[in-house]
This record gives sequence, C-alpha cells and structure tokens, in this order.
Amino acid sequence: MTLLTEKRAPRAHKETHKIRGKVHLREHLMGWLFVGPFGVVFLAFLIAPLLYALYLSLFQKKLIGGTSFVLFDNYVKAFTDPSFLSGAWFVIRFSLVAIPLQIVIALAMALILDAVTSLFARFSRLIIFLPYAIPTVIGAVMWGFLYSKGFGPLTDIFGLFGADAPDFLSSNLIFYGLLNVVTWQWVGYYMIILYAALQGVDPTLYEAARMDGAGRWQIALRIKIPLIAPALILILVFSLIGTLQFFNEPQILRYLAAGTIGSDFTPNMYAYQQAFSLANFNYGSAISFALGGIVFICVYAFLFFTRKRRSFL
Amino acid sequence: MADRTSVTAGPRRPQRYLPLQILLGFMVIYFLVPFWWVIVNSSKDAPGLFSGGNTLWFSDQIDYLGNLRQLFTYDGGIYLRWILNSTLYALAGGIGATILSVMAGYGFAKYRFAARRFSFAVVLGALMVPATALVIPTFIMFSRLGLTNTVWAVILPSLLNPFGVYLMHVYARDAVPDELLDAARVDGAGEVRTFLQIALPMMRPAVVTVLLLSAVASWNNYFLPLAMLSDNRLFPVTVGLGLWQGIASANNTGTTSLWSLIILGSLVSVLPLIIAFFSLQRHWRGGLSVGGLR
Repeated sequence: MTLLTEKRAPRAHKETHKIRGKVHLREHLMGWLFVGPFGVVFLAFLIAPLLYALYLSLFQKKLIGGTSFVLFDNYVKAFTDPSFLSGAWFVIRFSLVAIPLQIVIALAMALILDAVTSLFARFSRLIIFLPYAIPTVIGAVMWGFLYSKGFGPLTDIFGLFGADAPDFLSSNLIFYGLLNVVTWQWVGYYMIILYAALQGVDPTLYEAARMDGAGRWQIALRIKIPLIAPALILILVFSLIGTLQFFNEPQILRYLAAGTIGSDFTPNMYAYQQAFSLANFNYGSAISFALGGIVFICVYAFLFFTRKRRSFL
Repeated sequence: MADRTSVTAGPRRPQRYLPLQILLGFMVIYFLVPFWWVIVNSSKDAPGLFSGGNTLWFSDQIDYLGNLRQLFTYDGGIYLRWILNSTLYALAGGIGATILSVMAGYGFAKYRFAARRFSFAVVLGALMVPATALVIPTFIMFSRLGLTNTVWAVILPSLLNPFGVYLMHVYARDAVPDELLDAARVDGAGEVRTFLQIALPMMRPAVVTVLLLSAVASWNNYFLPLAMLSDNRLFPVTVGLGLWQGIASANNTGTTSLWSLIILGSLVSVLPLIIAFFSLQRHWRGGLSVGGLR
C-alpha cells in the first residue's frame, strides 16, 4: 500500500494554487466531481454489499423462532464444517500448484518471445493469448468435451498404444483436469503482461551486462526477471485472488463429472449452493466472508514475504 | 563479440533460435487443440458426432450451414437472444465502467482533494475483495428493490472496476504532464474542457485497454448472471450454454442434437471477442505496457 509514497517531481502548479484559498476549494470540488461517480458505484456495489454480508452472517434463520442474532456462530460452524474446510483446503492446494505452474510457463514464454523476433514468434504470441478472449465457461465446456470418453480424442490416442485413456473427470485425476483448464486459460494473459513489462526494459542494460561478460541465461535470470518483479508480483496476487475463488470451471465440469465434483467442491460453490439452492443466505454470506478472510490473509502473507521487492501496491 | 554488439547497437535484427521456435510450435499446438476440436466437431451431424473415433478430424458430412440453422432456430432462436444479451451486458458494463474509471483515475492523479490518499488506498484494498463474495448480498439488496431478474441486475454491478481506476491513475499520472493542464487553464479553458480536450486524447491507449478489459470481464461473467437471473431469455451466452450443458448431461439419451448445438454454440460465441481482440491489438498492447505494471 505504498504506491502513494513514490517519489514525485516537484509540481509546478501547486504554487499557483496557494495564491488564494478559493482556488484550493475549487481543487477539492473538482477532484470529488471526477471521483464522485465512481465513488457512488463503489459505495453501492462494494462497500454496501460487503457490510450487508457481514451483517447477514451474524444471524441465523431457524425453523422455530425465526431469525436470531448469533454473533460468530456461523463462522464457528463454517470453520468446523467439513464441507467448507475440504473446499478451502482444495483451493489452497490447487493454488499452490496452479499458480507457480502458470507463472513459470508464462515467464518462460515471455522471455522466449522477448528474445525471438520472428514472424512465427509474433503469431505464437497471439495464439497463446487467444484463450484469454474465451469465457472461462466456454473454456471449461471445450476441455470437458476433450476429456469425455465419447467425444474426446484421448481414447483413440491412447488406444493406438494399447493403453487405457486417463479419465480427467474421475475423482483421482480431476485435480489435473482442472489444472490443465486454468493453465490453458490464463497463461496467455500473464504472458502478455510480462512480455509488455519486458519490452519496457531499457535495452542498453543488456548491452552493459554483455560488456561485463554475462551470457543470455545470466541476462535473463539476473537482469530481466528482477526488473519485471513488480509485474510478476501483480499477476501472482491476481491469480491468487482468482484461484481461491474458483467457481466457473468446476461448476461447468460437474455436469460431465457427475459424482466427482460435489456441490461443496470449492468454498464459492458451497456458498452458492447454500444461498441459492437452499435459500440459506446467512450461512452463505458467512462462507463468502470466511473465504474473503482467507483471500486477505493469503494475499497479505504473500505481499509480506515479497515486501523487499518493489511492489505495485 | 563484434557481431553481438552490432545486434544491440543497430535497430533490432530479427533473432531466430530454432530450438525455441520449435518449443513455441508445441505451445501453439497445445493452445489450439480445443479450438481445433470445436471447429472440426461443429461440422458434424449428430450421428457423425457419436460414431466415435476420428474425433480430431472431419467426418464425411460437413454440414456447418445445417448446424448453424439449427443453432439459431432452436427453442425459438434463444441462442441469438443470448448472444445479444451478452453484447448488451458487455457494452453497457464495459462503457459505463470505463467512463467511471477514466474520470476517477484522472481525478485521483491530477487533483489534491481532501481524503484523496485515504480513498485511493481503499480502492486499492478493494482489488483484493473477492468479487463473488459480493454477489450474495447484492442479490438480496436487488431482490428487495425488485431488480433481480432484470438486465440491471447484471449491468449495474459490472460498472465497478477498481483495477481500471488503478490503471487510469497510473497512466494519467505518467502520461499527462501537469504543465500542459496548467497552460490550458491559464488560457481560460475550464476544468471539464481541459479534461475532455487535452487529457483524454493523451490517455487514449489506456482508455482502450480499460474498455477492453471491462467489456471482456462482463462478457465472460458467469457467477453474477447465474445468481441474478432466472428467466432464460435474459441469460448471457455463458449461462445459456451452461444451462444446455446441464440439460444434455442430465439425460444422456435423446438429446444428441443438443450436444452438437453446444459445440457449435461455443464456437460462435467466442468469435466476437477474438475478432475484437485481433482488430484492436495495436491499441490495447500499448495500454498494457504503459499500464504502469512497473
């Protein structure tokens, strides 16, 4: 949260403003005029729902006695609820594997595309980015087809070698099935951000490093990667937030993988089920809030461990 | 040594490392496989689809037109409605969110107003709030107001884009010099005119980037419309195809035509954004790189 303390060139117009207090008032007014419309939306669709969810989560609806204030009972219930805990454990485990995998591939691709400047490289850049333009729902639908026994090519391909096709929709392999879907979906987006950051690096730095006898690998590892560390941290934070909220892909694949993915597979799916299938909005809100708490803790823990790097926040 | 320096000293000469290009080739194949499968299999009729084998190549019957006609006439042409709904949500949400983000980002960057630092810190903190955690309370609030199951239930929450504000703030701060704005003021231009005629044109790459990012976010949204809408004529295409997928999986027999509709429906639904991305490439790439991710 130190973006605001970055060094700034002395501003010329600040002095002119101090001529009269009236001008100063005007600046306050204009500032709020520009920020105001967003502020209204921000209050209405972020702050208000957040507070309301917190409020809802402190109540319980019972068949007898109606709705009553229970303070943190819903949270106690959530953190002892095997459904919530197994879902939370799944998304944490999944994040620990999926995020490093995606970042490593995205970084490798970005470094390659930064070094290779052929027409084919430009074409590859577009193709790798392509899945970002695909809704995650459609991505999951497409991979669901590829995994399925009836439609997918896996049976044929493995049949050529006389082997049984792996079933990525079975409970043993669903972790890898989902891992592949999210990797396919997001690597391109991360790659583009890292590539854009690499393109912004001053090339004279590389030349200086070469003069000092650094090879290509050393330049990549010692110069390029440290210089784009802020972009890396940014995408790590975003992928962490996104992955912990995992919903769309398992929700879509559960139609195909009946029995493998339950309605409590991830905390978000569990909250959705509680709120919209069982009309238990109080407990659903508590689960959402508990998940939000987990996201906050994970993100701040991550930012704390990387605080020595120049951070984007 | 001599040829290395010439590479960096002159304009960048094309560099080809064959092993790396081969690696890229494998990546391209991996990323294209699902598209290829969808393109091939949406050409098949139901028997061709279920005959098994040959899943990665065309069958004897190539019938895109027949399948397309079926897709767009099924259930009274509901699929076209879904596409139009998605377009409406993406445009309304995308344009609205962009206008708000551009104004707010500029305001945060160029005016020292009361509580500026605090409010901006709150906006940055909001980047970490899981968007889906807001859906349940927003649903209840909207149902009190009678707004659930209307287009507003999807459009209004999509107007919120804190990341857009962050991006615009960084861009306005770095790319729009204060001196220029002051010069315009000295020349007698009002604050609004200075913003519209001086600052806005300079921020164009970032504006296009934020517009694309917010439109994509609205187009791809699934959780929010899934929760808010119950009338399937209001569904965006993501929720609609999810619905078909659920129906087709639930009764595996007798719904063979629905599977081919889902396959072709997936293909058709991804075309608009692919076209938008490719045709606007020049604009958003600049925005992403300057987007301050440094």
